Amino acid sequence: MLSLSLKEALSRLKDGSLSAKELCEKCIDRAVKTRELNAIVTPTYSQARKQAEVAAQTWSRTGKSTTSARKLEGLPIVVKDNFCTKGVHTTCASRMLENYVPPYNATVVQRLFTQGAVLLGKSNMDEYGMGSGSVDSIFGPVRNPWKYEFTNTRTIPEGTLDTSSLLASPQSPGEALGTRGLHRSVHPGTGGSNPGLHEEGAWRVAGGSSGGSAAAVAAGICFGALGSDTGGSTRNPSSYCGVVGLKSSYGLLSRHGLIPLVNSLEVPGIMARSVDDVNTLQNIMAGTDEHDSTTLTDDRFVTSDLPEDIDVKHLHIGIPKEYHAPGLSPDVLDAWRRAADKFEQAGAKVTEVSLPHTQYSILCYIVLCCCEVASNMARYDGIEYGHRGQQELSTEQMYAMSRHEGFNEVVRGRIFAGNFFLLRRNYEQYFLKAQRVRRLIKDDFTRVFDEGVNVLLTPTTLTDAPRYDWFTAADNRTRNEEQDIFTQPINMAGIPAVTVPAGLTSNGLPIGLQFIGQMFKDKEMLTVAKWFEQQVQFENLNLDHLDN
Amino acid sequence: MAAPMRVRAPRLCQICKCFPSSFLRCSSSTTSKRKWEGVVGLEIHAQILAESKLFSGACTKFGGTTNNQVSLFDAAFPGTLPAINRRCVEAGGQTALALNCQINKVSKFDRKHYFYADLPAGYQITQLRQPLAKQGSLRFPILRGDISPKCPLDYMTVRLEQIQLEQDSGKSIHNEDDKQSLIDLNRAGVGLMEIITAPDLSSGLESVSFLRELIGILTTVSTCNCKMEEGSFRVDANISVHQPGEPLGTRVEVKNLNSIRSVKNAIDYEIRRQKQQLQQGKQIINDTRSWDVSAGLTLPMRDKEIELDYRFMPEPNLPPLHVYDNTSIPAGLNPSQIVNIDVLQQQLPPLPAQQKQDLVTTYGLPELYAHRIEVKPGMRDYYKKVVEARPKDPIYIAVRMMGELLGEMNKKKLEFNDITCSPETFGEACDLRKLNAMTTREFEKVVEDLLENPPSETHLNRIRKRLLMGSRDSDEQLESICRQVLEDFEQGSHLKNAKLKRNPEKLLIFLAQQATKKSVEVRFVHARTVFKKLLNKE
Repeated sequence: MLSLSLKEALSRLKDGSLSAKELCEKCIDRAVKTRELNAIVTPTYSQARKQAEVAAQTWSRTGKSTTSARKLEGLPIVVKDNFCTKGVHTTCASRMLENYVPPYNATVVQRLFTQGAVLLGKSNMDEYGMGSGSVDSIFGPVRNPWKYEFTNTRTIPEGTLDTSSLLASPQSPGEALGTRGLHRSVHPGTGGSNPGLHEEGAWRVAGGSSGGSAAAVAAGICFGALGSDTGGSTRNPSSYCGVVGLKSSYGLLSRHGLIPLVNSLEVPGIMARSVDDVNTLQNIMAGTDEHDSTTLTDDRFVTSDLPEDIDVKHLHIGIPKEYHAPGLSPDVLDAWRRAADKFEQAGAKVTEVSLPHTQYSILCYIVLCCCEVASNMARYDGIEYGHRGQQELSTEQMYAMSRHEGFNEVVRGRIFAGNFFLLRRNYEQYFLKAQRVRRLIKDDFTRVFDEGVNVLLTPTTLTDAPRYDWFTAADNRTRNEEQDIFTQPINMAGIPAVTVPAGLTSNGLPIGLQFIGQMFKDKEMLTVAKWFEQQVQFENLNLDHLDN
Repeated sequence: MAAPMRVRAPRLCQICKCFPSSFLRCSSSTTSKRKWEGVVGLEIHAQILAESKLFSGACTKFGGTTNNQVSLFDAAFPGTLPAINRRCVEAGGQTALALNCQINKVSKFDRKHYFYADLPAGYQITQLRQPLAKQGSLRFPILRGDISPKCPLDYMTVRLEQIQLEQDSGKSIHNEDDKQSLIDLNRAGVGLMEIITAPDLSSGLESVSFLRELIGILTTVSTCNCKMEEGSFRVDANISVHQPGEPLGTRVEVKNLNSIRSVKNAIDYEIRRQKQQLQQGKQIINDTRSWDVSAGLTLPMRDKEIELDYRFMPEPNLPPLHVYDNTSIPAGLNPSQIVNIDVLQQQLPPLPAQQKQDLVTTYGLPELYAHRIEVKPGMRDYYKKVVEARPKDPIYIAVRMMGELLGEMNKKKLEFNDITCSPETFGEACDLRKLNAMTTREFEKVVEDLLENPPSETHLNRIRKRLLMGSRDSDEQLESICRQVLEDFEQGSHLKNAKLKRNPEKLLIFLAQQATKKSVEVRFVHARTVFKKLLNKE
């Protein structure tokens, strides 16, 4: 049941064959049983139960009436821990915000709540979104549920998994904190304590930085999740975890309440188990927000459902030749080829196109990202909120101590680099140059679309999900450069892209393919993606065996 | 930097044929061997008069309880974003128009980074590279203490480099005893207009003359209340000295200029100090100094010793700011959601320079009087109301208002909007004074009464009564003065006297005038009555 799509779950709630309370308990149960994935860092089960209770009452009142019920009434979701949630810890997986509880909801979170969504928990990530493996978190790494051997299915006896006993007393203020503490102490050592089950570090990373959300969707903990996408942070883990991951057009979804990494590149990301599901969630969250001056204010975007009968005959699909990059695994290349063939066989025009400047995207990204990071992180001084170092000799010393202790090495490194790039003497050489290159990258896409291409088709990642030990053998920046190679240029251009599972590799791990659309033509892109999804008939990960 | 443009051609005064004093000063200073000249540029931070802050909905009232006017954005809570306040853009636009600036149809915001406890985000949102407006100018009179109303005013023009919108910071309160700093964020995020002048000024006097004109304009267009004591109008001065024709010298920034007097004294002090340093063969260090009011010195500011690199970066969360004019409004945009320069221009009230000119042409006032009436808030309107009923006495009324009225108001620390006395009543008092129905001292008393709230007419009533009934005590004295005048007149044997005798009415006026010259106590009307009586007897 937990492999159902959001749409299917909703129709069961509607026809009464499933109750919102039951669904919520199932999801909580799954979340607890898959705890070693380390996907959820702050569970909000007691809040979820209350929300589900309300939803159950609403459904029993409204029955089959589709008009009065809210669009997500009773559907469990998970939110990445860099979206502000009122009264619920929002840590960005950083020591800096370890005890930070925001006094407001991010606009996108609020819009989901308004439609009746049930928040199951906050999901793990790379600290402040700086990473591509969800391994650099104060809560420890996220594990990819695919090909993962859960220890608790064999070693932990029945009963201890009783969710109500583990997470009793819904009123307990320590609920969130206690569980978060548990994750931290249990996980780094889990592999070691069960040497027989998992060769140390042989499990797969979830991708990042929204790895917790992707793993949660894949593992059946929730029916939809929020990630954020600055250079691929939603699409990369979605691809590795075999779920659909949408990066909307810049300006479609409000960033108000999303704790920023790179304001000019990032958008809230949407993850679910089908293209229709991400479309539903996008419809609910999209639109003008007076709190975010960069949101769309005109009518270039209209919410609508995707059609069921899709014809791709008149479409022009572009295949960017630069995406045939070194390091592309044969499995991924094969999936890409087969997908292109499918479109061609269905009558679409499929041609090779060129995006000559995309190769500079990563370098350009490093400069722009570091600059905005240096700026955005300047507010964490330990005065109004966040970690404050125990150093009172002077204000400056207190800042230095708070920031040194509060940020990990990756964050500090980027701040350092960003401040260097922004120095008066370097500004022209780095920041301005990077902005010019960004414009060239954007122009590449514009030109291709102007030439008549409707949607571009590319791989999402070079390979399937890498092993943890391999992934952590190189530093964060090296991994970013190779992980974000296919996803990153899209953020530079601000256009929409979606990754859809295209099949499994010989290892039995999912492969994602990416569709890239034109600015604010998210619906056209999603329609193409849905057609592809219909052809592939990808089988979602099923962890129902954990329930026994 | 281009050489300062001075519109200050020395010319002879049209009335008394004297040289304006600036010309004298220039020519006399050529006698000294090493001639140093001060070069001053001002940076003014004017808080925008608006209900809410530049990028948040928090209130902007001055003097609220600590930290009670702070939105999440003002405290830089993670995830909050700026949304610009339209009123602030309009205020900036109106100010720019009033200061003859070019308004940029597209302006942009930048982040200026520095760590300070009362700057919660670690950066200030400002406009460095593409400000709201550029290249303005302001013409203003230089107001010397010894200026005569007979001379036209000596004007100069200062160029304005730019006007930018930016956020104000919070306030730090340092407690040295327990080594603590307390932060108040009520001011954090309040909209500021930073107005930057070219280095066209050369002295404290010129600088404060400029500031007075600027304050007049900002208060007229209601974009800033210019209350220096509340910090809503703050001035920093960049000061250097050089020898004319030479490149500009090393400049020093002086901060903490909290009053007009401080601006004047600090600039004059700093110019003197730099001259002395150079004359002693020392170098000027490019530093930031603060004005110590009590000591009358500028002192280096300790925390500004290190030269800061503000690492400017475009603000990514604010799209470029567009302002339109009637020809450029794109179709489909709601007029209530855009800022239209042509509409702002229409709404602009008459500016002080125009008002002064009107006072000069309408009432024949000397420029100096027109200036003084214009610069005092509310004075022009009051003046006009008083003069309306007495079109023959505009200069007399002006003198009474600048003299006794302002004098008494200053003693009581009153402004024109505090005054409840009607212009008609004040005008009547002026009439009586002009008729010599009271002495200067009595007039002062009357004015003092009228400034009470509500106005007291005790003194005025006594004068009115005296005028109607005549005063018995002084009758004898008056009669004796009149007899004296008559005697003098009879003794004189001019042709004029004979002529006057043939016209009794003219004779009465002449005699009464003579009597008023004998003593200030003598009122014309009374003297005339007495003469009529005396002449009839004869």
